[in-house]
Amino acid sequence: MKTSFKLNGQAASLDLDPRTTLLDALRENLGLKGSKKGCDHGQCGACTVLVNGRRINACLSLAVTHEGDEITTIEGLAQGEALHPVQAAFLEQDAFQCGYCTPGQICSTVGMLQEAADGWASLVTDDLTADTVLTDAEIRERMSGNLCRCSAYPQILAAIRSAGGVA
Amino acid sequence: MKPFTYERPADVTEALAMAAAAPGARFLAGGTNLVDLMKLQIEQPTHLVDVSRLPLGQINETSEGGLRLGATTTNSQVAADAKVRARYPALAQAILSGASGQLRNKATTAGNLLQRTRCAYFYDTTKPCNKREPGAGCAAIGGIYANTAIFGASGACIATHPSDMAVAMSALDARVEIAGPNGQARAIPLDDLHRLPGETPHIETTLEPGEMITAVVLPPPPTGDQIYRKARERASYAFAIGSVAVAGGKVALGAVAHKPWRARAAEQALAGGASPAEAMAAEMASARPDGHNDFKLKLMARLGAACLTTTGAGDGQ
Ligand SMILES: Cc1cc2nc3c(=O)[nH]c(=O)nc-3n(C[C@H](O)[C@H](O)[C@H](O)COP(=O)(O)OP(=O)(O)OC[C@H]3O[C@@H](n4cnc5c(N)ncnc54)[C@H](O)[C@@H]3O)c2cc1C
Ligand code: SF4
Ligand code: FES
Ligand code: FES
Repeated sequence: MKTSFKLNGQAASLDLDPRTTLLDALRENLGLKGSKKGCDHGQCGACTVLVNGRRINACLSLAVTHEGDEITTIEGLAQGEALHPVQAAFLEQDAFQCGYCTPGQICSTVGMLQEAADGWASLVTDDLTADTVLTDAEIRERMSGNLCRCSAYPQILAAIRSAGGVA
Repeated sequence: MKPFTYERPADVTEALAMAAAAPGARFLAGGTNLVDLMKLQIEQPTHLVDVSRLPLGQINETSEGGLRLGATTTNSQVAADAKVRARYPALAQAILSGASGQLRNKATTAGNLLQRTRCAYFYDTTKPCNKREPGAGCAAIGGIYANTAIFGASGACIATHPSDMAVAMSALDARVEIAGPNGQARAIPLDDLHRLPGETPHIETTLEPGEMITAVVLPPPPTGDQIYRKARERASYAFAIGSVAVAGGKVALGAVAHKPWRARAAEQALAGGASPAEAMAAEMASARPDGHNDFKLKLMARLGAACLTTTGAGDGQ
């Protein structure tokens, strides 16, 4: 089935078996291996990409449903040699060990910071009508959809804090 | 995944016609439950009708002073909505306690209601399950899995409904708007959407084949405080092992039955002046634990009483 979307700013057209997930289309059909397959069931966040600016799990989304969407993967965040500020913060804070979860963590952070900027609340937000303040507790809760099997959480938290938190 | 064909309708009428024309068709919304189950071949639709782009993505005021949540509004969208946060905080909390940021961005109002159980044996295709294969038996009964029902279970199935959102909607007396393939439309209380398992646990809702949910309507918020609290095995990104929604004098319990469990005995006791603990005791009197899930008795009694105390619902309003 023919499907076209914008991938990291470039037009992409594919002829896909409808069973193909967005994650498999990115990795297998388009050769972008940055997005990782951890669980393939929405349970780990390694496959997180941005669709129209919002973070989703690419493993649970059929590629043919993304007709006309704007998709950004870890490969599309930097501007040439200039890293995205979240990428730079992860490097600076040494926010990874094996690095397998890192593309998902970074894409998820970019999406999460936008959600916070848009005033979205989280479960640990005491006053649902107040402005969003990205405390450490807020960052942890909002990033709970990204697991790190190396448990680099303290450094991931530090990186996100420096990229957009308050403390 | 088994092979299937895929179509994207432009409006509800077209979606209903597409589904009616293809036996084995299913509606696809966010896909976070359906695609997952298709990968495991627990779901095997032959045709997918993608409803995610239908013009049902609005949150509108109703003339009665409530809100209509279109079927394809995302969980994130509803939880972030200023009107929902101000008037239905229990619903915002319930949604935000579910899944992850990524999943909530895809998950929809209708898809969330119609997500299937997380019973471990339903997912384990090497074990018998009456939901997957009617008549096969139930591996959860006597199995080593404790997140099962204490209310309304049957000898055929002891699974629970896993949604957080639906529990808050139940306490809020939400109604579900439904459209059918022959142009008919109807609305039912949310409490009438999900069925108890009985002898046919594979029939989970009262939707007729080919029917589609088009919206969930919230009546004006009840007087009194609201809260949603969830107990689970880790602090975030885990399904409930028990949850409680309170909205005014209305109480619903999650992860205890095949459907969001409206705690009418507790409500009646409260209305009669019972304390939070007494009200929960009245509800738990009809609970039937099975030896593996006995922990839910104390858990629900305490969680429920705590919620009723916090909201002041036991203060004889
Ligand atoms: C790792 C993980 C953790 C999760 N944790 C939680 C949690 O803690 N709490 C919680 O509540 N949920 C949790 N979920 C479940 C999640 O909330 C559901 O998967 C989601 O809400 C389903 O919505 P969807 O739009 O993606 O539905 P889909 O997967 O698209 O569809 C689900 C079902 O609804 C049907 N359907 C969809 N739209 C319509 C319609 N308009 N009319 C008729 N039928 C329709 C489909 O045919 C399908 O049968 C979790 C999921 C995952 C993967
Ligand atoms: S409890 Fe229900 S879902 Fe679980 S194995 Fe038994 S029949 Fe299947
Ligand atoms: S690979 Fe998608 S969430 Fe794990
Ligand atoms: S750095 Fe190894 S999984 Fe996170």
